[in-house]
Amino acid sequence: MTPAALLVTAIQVVAVVAFAPVVVGLMRQVRARLEGRAGAGIGQPWRDLRKLLRRQPTTPEGTGWAFRLAPLILMGTTLVIAAAVPLLTTAPVLGPAADLLVVVGLLALGTVVLALAALDTGTAFGGMGASREMMVLALAEPTILLGVFALSARTGSTNLGGIVSATLDDPARLVTPASLLAAGALAVVVVAETGRLPVDNPSTHLELTMLHEAMVLEYSGTDLGLVELASSVRLTVLLGLFASLFVPWGISGAGLAGLPLALAALAGKVGILATALAGTEVFLAKLRMFRVPELLAGSFVLALLAVCASFLLA
Amino acid sequence: MSLVKLFQKIRSTGRIAEPSQPGPGGLACPKAAQLGGSVQLRHIDTGSCNGCEIEIGSAFGPVYDAERYGARLVASPRHADALLVTGAVTHNMAQPLCRTVAAAPHPRIVIAVGDCACGDGVFADAYGVRGPVSGTVPVDLRIPGCPPEPTTIIRALRGLTGR
Repeated sequence: MTPAALLVTAIQVVAVVAFAPVVVGLMRQVRARLEGRAGAGIGQPWRDLRKLLRRQPTTPEGTGWAFRLAPLILMGTTLVIAAAVPLLTTAPVLGPAADLLVVVGLLALGTVVLALAALDTGTAFGGMGASREMMVLALAEPTILLGVFALSARTGSTNLGGIVSATLDDPARLVTPASLLAAGALAVVVVAETGRLPVDNPSTHLELTMLHEAMVLEYSGTDLGLVELASSVRLTVLLGLFASLFVPWGISGAGLAGLPLALAALAGKVGILATALAGTEVFLAKLRMFRVPELLAGSFVLALLAVCASFLLA
Repeated sequence: MSLVKLFQKIRSTGRIAEPSQPGPGGLACPKAAQLGGSVQLRHIDTGSCNGCEIEIGSAFGPVYDAERYGARLVASPRHADALLVTGAVTHNMAQPLCRTVAAAPHPRIVIAVGDCACGDGVFADAYGVRGPVSGTVPVDLRIPGCPPEPTTIIRALRGLTGR
């Protein structure tokens, strides 16, 4: 662990946390413009967070430690993920320890903790949101694993940094069937994991159409701020990871020299992906809950084909 | 194909939000000082005729677009900084109103929207009505009108966001 690597990782975490609410603001602004509205501006999520983080959190009657600890654990796992995945550099400090399985496990841990907190409130919507979120999680996590396995089979390692640097050395492997199928599968999973349309609707007010929102209905003040910040960081990290796996150019090595370029490249790639995602959402309606497994099973099949292709066609 | 049609519709419609009016020039309520340009609102209907609901709906629609000033409707009173209460408080809705207000974190702002909620609407002396909102919970801000126009609602909300 060199000081330079430590510094790069610290910059990566700070940049992702500072940039994440702006990504959410950008997506809301794109959507507002396409709907003919003026929009609140891309700084609005930061204004909301600044207010929430200094407001009083309330503890509903009858809730215990699961409810109180969940925002902290969710934020903690999210920060570890932000430090572990290769966004600015192919060799983050946690890189050697944090391979694909760790990242997927931490993502699942954050979601499970929030679902437990939702059950802890004992409200109907909390339980319903938790059960739905678990259903999506159970279908989405295997697809992430399989999709990245398809990429890691040729590298011989599940280390994300290793996969990204191998792709940088040999960009031709991006246009193989395995890589394209995996990109399709992972795109659907990123949408499902971050609770966007057509799996979940982040701006809904109808409790019956909620997944993620239904779980956080009882949070307020600082706790709500942490949950919202964590979910925007997860969105940014997953978009950034998608970009790193399939458009890896611009990522720097272990040194500090390529850092400004890497920051600009990350901002550009995540900005374009977020704009594309928000633009697509305008044309989509939320799927019926019982149709969501079909979509996720479809993406699982794509990932499975990607794994087969990476063994048979390589 | 419907996707192409929708895309053409978006392109030909362009921006339909009305031009922004001059700002409020100050806060309408001392509790709004710490909000810093972001107000999350929870709407409670305590016995309204739905006139005020339609006006609130259009205030947050594309034409008036209250969201551009930092106001947003949320799904839970625990997320809310301010509560929009419409309608005269009926006997059946008095307890739900008290519970909703108690569920919101401090410092909460209660806004009475419309003449019924302010106390002098057409249903003021009806047999099922307990009284105005201020008879059940403390009210910080009143928006008169039967129903209040979206521009009136937005002017009051901009007094909270300060934008």
